[in-house]
Amino acid sequence: MRYVVAKDSRDAVALLGETAGARVLAGGTDLLVQMKLSETGPALLVDIKRIPGMGDIIEEEGGFRIGAAVSGAEMGAHAALKAQWPGVVEAVELIGSAQVQGRATMVGNLCNASPAADSVPAMLAAAALARIEGPEGVRDVPVVELLAGPGKLHLADAELITSIFLPARVPQSADAYLRFIPRTEMDIAVVGAAVSLELDENGVIKAARVALGAVAPTARLVPEAENALVGTKLDASALAACAAASSAACAPIDDKRGTVEYRTKVAGVMATRAAKIAYIRAGGTL
Amino acid sequence: MSKIHVNSTINGDTVEFLCEADETLLDVLRDRLNLTGAKEGCGTGDCGACSVTINGRLVASCLVLGAEAEGSEIETVEGIGAPDALHPLQRQLLEHAALQCGICTPGIIVAAKALLVQNPDPSEEDVRYWLAGNLCRCTGYDKIIRAVLAAAAEMRGENP
Repeated sequence: MRYVVAKDSRDAVALLGETAGARVLAGGTDLLVQMKLSETGPALLVDIKRIPGMGDIIEEEGGFRIGAAVSGAEMGAHAALKAQWPGVVEAVELIGSAQVQGRATMVGNLCNASPAADSVPAMLAAAALARIEGPEGVRDVPVVELLAGPGKLHLADAELITSIFLPARVPQSADAYLRFIPRTEMDIAVVGAAVSLELDENGVIKAARVALGAVAPTARLVPEAENALVGTKLDASALAACAAASSAACAPIDDKRGTVEYRTKVAGVMATRAAKIAYIRAGGTL
Repeated sequence: MSKIHVNSTINGDTVEFLCEADETLLDVLRDRLNLTGAKEGCGTGDCGACSVTINGRLVASCLVLGAEAEGSEIETVEGIGAPDALHPLQRQLLEHAALQCGICTPGIIVAAKALLVQNPDPSEEDVRYWLAGNLCRCTGYDKIIRAVLAAAAEMRGENP
């Protein structure tokens, strides 16, 4: 195996293109574990952490661009980012231990493509865009369009994600992410739910995005749950409709963490709880 | 294949080493530099026994490549305290009898010190969450948590 430090994105794309089985190394908290567990490691590791800008969180068009090498700990320490996208940051901060937070990145969480990835539902609810660089140039793609299945993204050969863009927020908007696990820390989501809301001056929900994780082969948006919330002040019937739509959107697996029935039920509960948190953060009163 | 030449600072000393591309920082520390304080518990980032800081950031050294350490400042448990001048965390862990087999202890010390740098006055809950990535199969954690809280109070200059 070779290890190469990429100088810039074009260098990284070229390195990925010329070596079959090359992998991108950012935080390494999934990749190094995979290398340890597999007989044959990758032929080449392309370390992208020293590419200028890759480790930066920058304000852009009222939103934030988060480089592919930014760690969870760095996101958690960024007050302005946390104020604007509290749900995205709290989702990222749920990934692993303090030690993992020191290295793990949001882009890495996306690229590992676990159906239970915590940051992915939060990115879907935030309408996040991934910036992808490859042999054909640069493109910006909604994160939701990248999700292909467990362990798989719609990325072409030699493409890499260089940053995530979280768009500007209007006043009276907020997001929230909740994860259910059987213990209080250090576990993989049984269900994850992210909700992003925009309210009008009367506290009526103008726009809603609801995303679920760990209940289908990929994280998914739930338009029926969003429709159940829009035009309401999150009254009991809106919450019940949101829960029912969220449960109806589930196609989970049975495993030791939860049965199909359990995940389906809990998805509705978590979606409504996340909606309440987002509503209050956006300035609404329940 | 030729080895990778890495320059770093470890516990304040300039250190150069050669390593293989797939060699972890933990293996470099233990097998090449004879810094055996960091332990390999799981090797997959779950147990925290290999905790070190890189540029002040707490990490699991089993999930870092030696090659990635180029130009960085690393602190290991060997850089904390001395036999005749223990760090308050080390002394409080002893006074609280907060270790039995001791394998997790270096990682606990490194991780707890990193917490106290950014939060000198943590709550019990803060300490428990922060140390959730440091597994101990002997103590049941309670004495460790008490020791860290006592060390934090001592470092703030409070009387016990």
